[in-house]
Amino acid sequence: MKLNGAQILIQSLKNEGVECIFGYPGGAVLHIYDALDLSQEIKHILVRHEQGAVHGADGYARVSGKVGTALVTSGPGLTNAVTGIATAYMDSIPLVVISGQVSSAVIGNDAFQEVDAVGITRSCVKHNFLVTDINILASTVKKAFHIAATGRPGPVLIDITKDVTIAQTAEKSYPDTINMRSYQPEVAVEAAQISKAVDLIMSAERPLIYSGGGSVIGNASSELREFTRLLNFPITQTLMGLGAYPATDPQSLGMLGMHGTYEANMAMHEADCIIAVGARFDDRITGNLDKFCPFAKIIHIDIDPSSIGKTVSIDVAIVGQVRAVLSDLLQALKGKKTAEIANWWAQIDKWRSKDSLAYSTKTGVIKPQSVIQALYQVTGGEAIVTSDVGQHQMWAAQYYPFDEPRRWINSGGLGTMGFGLPAAMGAKLAEPSRDVACVTGEGSIQMMLQELSTMRQYSIPVKIINLNNGYLGMVRQWQEFFYNKRYAMSYMDALPDFVKLSEGYGHSGIKVEKSADLKPALIEAFKQKDKTVFLDIITDPTENVFPMIAAGAGHHEMLLASKDKMQSTDDEGLNLV
Amino acid sequence: MRHIISVLLENESGALSRVAGLFSARGFNIESLTVAATHDSTLSKMTIVSIGDDGIIEQIVKQLNKLIDVVEVTDLTAHEHIERELLLLKIDVNSITQADIDKQIDDFSAKIIDVSEDTYLLELAGKSQKINDFLATFKTTKILEVARTGVTGVCQNRENN
Repeated sequence: MKLNGAQILIQSLKNEGVECIFGYPGGAVLHIYDALDLSQEIKHILVRHEQGAVHGADGYARVSGKVGTALVTSGPGLTNAVTGIATAYMDSIPLVVISGQVSSAVIGNDAFQEVDAVGITRSCVKHNFLVTDINILASTVKKAFHIAATGRPGPVLIDITKDVTIAQTAEKSYPDTINMRSYQPEVAVEAAQISKAVDLIMSAERPLIYSGGGSVIGNASSELREFTRLLNFPITQTLMGLGAYPATDPQSLGMLGMHGTYEANMAMHEADCIIAVGARFDDRITGNLDKFCPFAKIIHIDIDPSSIGKTVSIDVAIVGQVRAVLSDLLQALKGKKTAEIANWWAQIDKWRSKDSLAYSTKTGVIKPQSVIQALYQVTGGEAIVTSDVGQHQMWAAQYYPFDEPRRWINSGGLGTMGFGLPAAMGAKLAEPSRDVACVTGEGSIQMMLQELSTMRQYSIPVKIINLNNGYLGMVRQWQEFFYNKRYAMSYMDALPDFVKLSEGYGHSGIKVEKSADLKPALIEAFKQKDKTVFLDIITDPTENVFPMIAAGAGHHEMLLASKDKMQSTDDEGLNLV
Repeated sequence: MRHIISVLLENESGALSRVAGLFSARGFNIESLTVAATHDSTLSKMTIVSIGDDGIIEQIVKQLNKLIDVVEVTDLTAHEHIERELLLLKIDVNSITQADIDKQIDDFSAKIIDVSEDTYLLELAGKSQKINDFLATFKTTKILEVARTGVTGVCQNRENN
């Protein structure tokens, strides 16, 4: 039987186990849409903007652990998708994005809706392909899924010319496996490195585990728990790693970095041995590199060799899947005795007693932190929480303790405003039985608001927690601290009536202006299981995110609350922003 | 320090731009870059000369290895190796004595490959330093055109490439 390229593509996606694809049609992908519609086997979510399609697929991938899939047309379809692709790339999320391309006969002629998709996306994909030959279409799809999901995961783009989707060829069986001589993601863990790490771990007197997104993406949560508990070491997690180790466990020091807890950052500064697990020493974690972990020997476990030694020099590098390396370490550590660390725990408890996440309450205003705490209570800590980018993102990370991986979904690397709503949509589709909350702000939500329409069409219920303070809060916070309170363009004037807006899209909405109304409103929203509810919560416009490591400062130079005098940040420090 | 990095990669369209794009996106320096197919038509060999401290060169090698099309990366500078570069040099021979020019050519074992009324086209292969030295023997006013291929190289032992 003969099939056209579009049919081969859809067959290939089915063979890859794709259940759900987010997309938007256009000229170059009409044949693909025709084949998709006829096959009826893959659920297609028609988004309202291609960026929403990729974020949707991304949210789906982060929650399910599967490869997310999006389909967009050529030209503007692809360029709209780029922000989504770059977001996934920075957070190492496995995606396959399929874009239509003009016919191969007119490539390079500045044809209608033509852009150089492979060129535009090159620096924000793990790999990309331009397919101009139907005979390599199926094997390219196989390669794309293989590359996206293995090693350090990431987005892969397949750009397919329209003539390939139309051309016909005899049906062939889909390849079971693919072998690429230039891509061998399986790495054997070096035993010598394990034993060096064990030596350091056993003699450490002030040890600290620093775990990142790799522990979540690498499905290493149970090994990480076993490892941490066996050693009785303290553990801190990055924004991307939250949930791999339970936040409510006594060994957890909370998040580290720019807005991390006092105990986590002080422990980083004072530690004599840091075990970095699937983390990449990003600038939001390290602060000023010259002041970073001055006393520590560092063990770094990562699947990506280029992450090791990139910004911070490492004493013991272990390249491998986080899960496999932790298993090897556990094996090697069984029955061994580590150094006595009671004094270290006593010191940590002293730092903890500062209660660095305490905040002052004021009558008459709703504190944004209290909203997140109420959300935690109402959902029993069991919801999937997505966020946009800004102050609300930090508050969600700080005040909603995640005890399980793949429950906290945010754009940590690229910091993409607009991510939260479409990601929530993808999250809900990946796990329909779990409550999904999108914590956002009145700035971020307006960047992808149109997806409310998609959520209506497919009845995807999400609770939107809009921390509405009338400001681009994080921008305002920096302007307050570092720009002498000159609030250039950070005030959001002429905001819509979000309740009416939500109702206009066929959802419900509740405006919350008093603290007393907060919890009842949340309870009411989550009671409406099958509805998207927009909670527009008016919060304290002057609140700032604390603790904070100002630009150019070290971990031991944290600012704990607004009463701390903000030291002046020099030009060098501001460059670190 | 100057490093010569040899990259074996899939002979696919776009492979060159992946490498070049990586260098510009990450702010790595390229002194020269050469690329051509090998005896295996599915593979290309690229030779890149870059300057950087050990940390930067380590990152360059790691980042190159991360590219999906890259099969093998070797820092030739870390091994016994041979490097060569080809120079084509057009000079103005007016007011230069034949004896002078013959001596310059002999000293470097260069070749005259084309002659016109008042120009010579010279060819010289060798290490980059030799080519620099050869060029330095000519007054800049006499140099009409310089075309250098950039460095290519191989490891001397059998194991590496």
